[in-house]
Amino acid sequence: MIRVVLPPHLKVLAHVQNEVVLDVDGPPTIASILDAVEGQYPMLAGTIRDHVTHKRRPFVRFFACEEDLSHVSADTIVPAAVVAGKEPFLIIGALAGG
Amino acid sequence: MSGVRVLVGTRKGAFVITSDGTRKRWDVGGPHFGGWEMYHIKGSPADPNRIYASQSTSWFGQTMQRSDDGGKSWQPVANKFVYDGVPGTHQWYDGTPHPWEFKRVWHLEPSLTDPDLVYAGVEDAAIFRSTDAGMSWAEMPGLRGHGSGPRWQPGAGGLCLHTILLDPNNPQRMFIAISAAGAFRTDDGGETWQAINQGLRSQYIPDPNAEVGHCVHRIAMHRSRPDTLFMQKHWDVMRTDNAGDRWTEISGNLPSDFGFVIDVHAHEPETIYVVPIKSDSEHYPVDGALRVYRSRTGGNEWEPLTNGLPQQNCYVNVLRDSMSVDRLDPCGVYFGTTGGQVYASNDGGDSWSAIVRDLPPVLSVEVQTLS
Repeated sequence: MIRVVLPPHLKVLAHVQNEVVLDVDGPPTIASILDAVEGQYPMLAGTIRDHVTHKRRPFVRFFACEEDLSHVSADTIVPAAVVAGKEPFLIIGALAGG
Repeated sequence: MSGVRVLVGTRKGAFVITSDGTRKRWDVGGPHFGGWEMYHIKGSPADPNRIYASQSTSWFGQTMQRSDDGGKSWQPVANKFVYDGVPGTHQWYDGTPHPWEFKRVWHLEPSLTDPDLVYAGVEDAAIFRSTDAGMSWAEMPGLRGHGSGPRWQPGAGGLCLHTILLDPNNPQRMFIAISAAGAFRTDDGGETWQAINQGLRSQYIPDPNAEVGHCVHRIAMHRSRPDTLFMQKHWDVMRTDNAGDRWTEISGNLPSDFGFVIDVHAHEPETIYVVPIKSDSEHYPVDGALRVYRSRTGGNEWEPLTNGLPQQNCYVNVLRDSMSVDRLDPCGVYFGTTGGQVYASNDGGDSWSAIVRDLPPVLSVEVQTLS
């Protein structure tokens, strides 16, 4: 079971209040976590990564265990603490404003 | 009991504003989708409870919403807009080829007869269609397949398809407009399209009379005369009486013929409304006075409508999808501003009042006439 924290706008869109808990098929990579997010919440498809290319949207970031995983391959296995459910996988809307 | 429902899209959410047929007291509902840019919200003429909404942000891209109960509740529907085949390129601002990239839905046009059929005008410019109430979308590729597609170039707001008009007498005919490619018409249900820009003259392009490249801001039609169209171009107000085969200028005595919105009175097909904006470098009203101009002669002769509108220190803009009319008698006219006001007239424009103030910048206004 992997815990995922969504940004506020996507919580509203997915009608969830808190972090979500997901079963991930196969190796627990960034891509498979996102597959599970979109499988459980189809309305989030296209909001985190492109529908077709699966490229991360530019203003979205992935953090876990105080690491920025935004720029690593989507096939990267997430940290063991995320796999164990001790730490969440964070999907973040990049800071913007002034 | 008649009434109206005003659907307002803003930079930070949607609002549903209602009144009875007197249009004197207003109830403001919302914000729906707080924090999201709501480029357009429009109800089905065939089923007023069916409403489609375009929702987007720079962070999370495009999502789509549908209501089946007149805007009380909403459900997300499909947001997958994929160009047909190999998308190819259009021109970028610097004239170099640029791949077609989907950015957002600017305009939604529900069918006049089928609540499950809706068209979407998108950036980069293309038209999509859903036949299942928004649960899936498919491009109508004939438009981008027009031979001029690789020469289309974005306006300052992007290469957006912002206007879709459906011919009430001929289901095979529709009109669209793109900034800054121009206007196009199909006579075969969207299979093929032709540019309909003859008579347009734009000094800001190398050939002012070019087949494409004109920055059309908005087109309007009266449903009783679908061959007559009125256009607010970047500069110039235009009309055609032969479905776009030839346009003539009707700017007449307007204080500025730059602007974005144009609309037609619900019961008088020769009565039209525009909001002149000072220039394309100063996106605010002439003299800081917000004035709707009305022509009752189909153009050329215009009168300012000022009663109830701010006549000093007003520096808002009125964006292209932000004017609409209702079908009550007298006809109601509505428009929203980038200052967050929505103004309404319940007497064809003779007098105005703000039905809501201090919203986020208004992107679109549509009105449903309810019975």
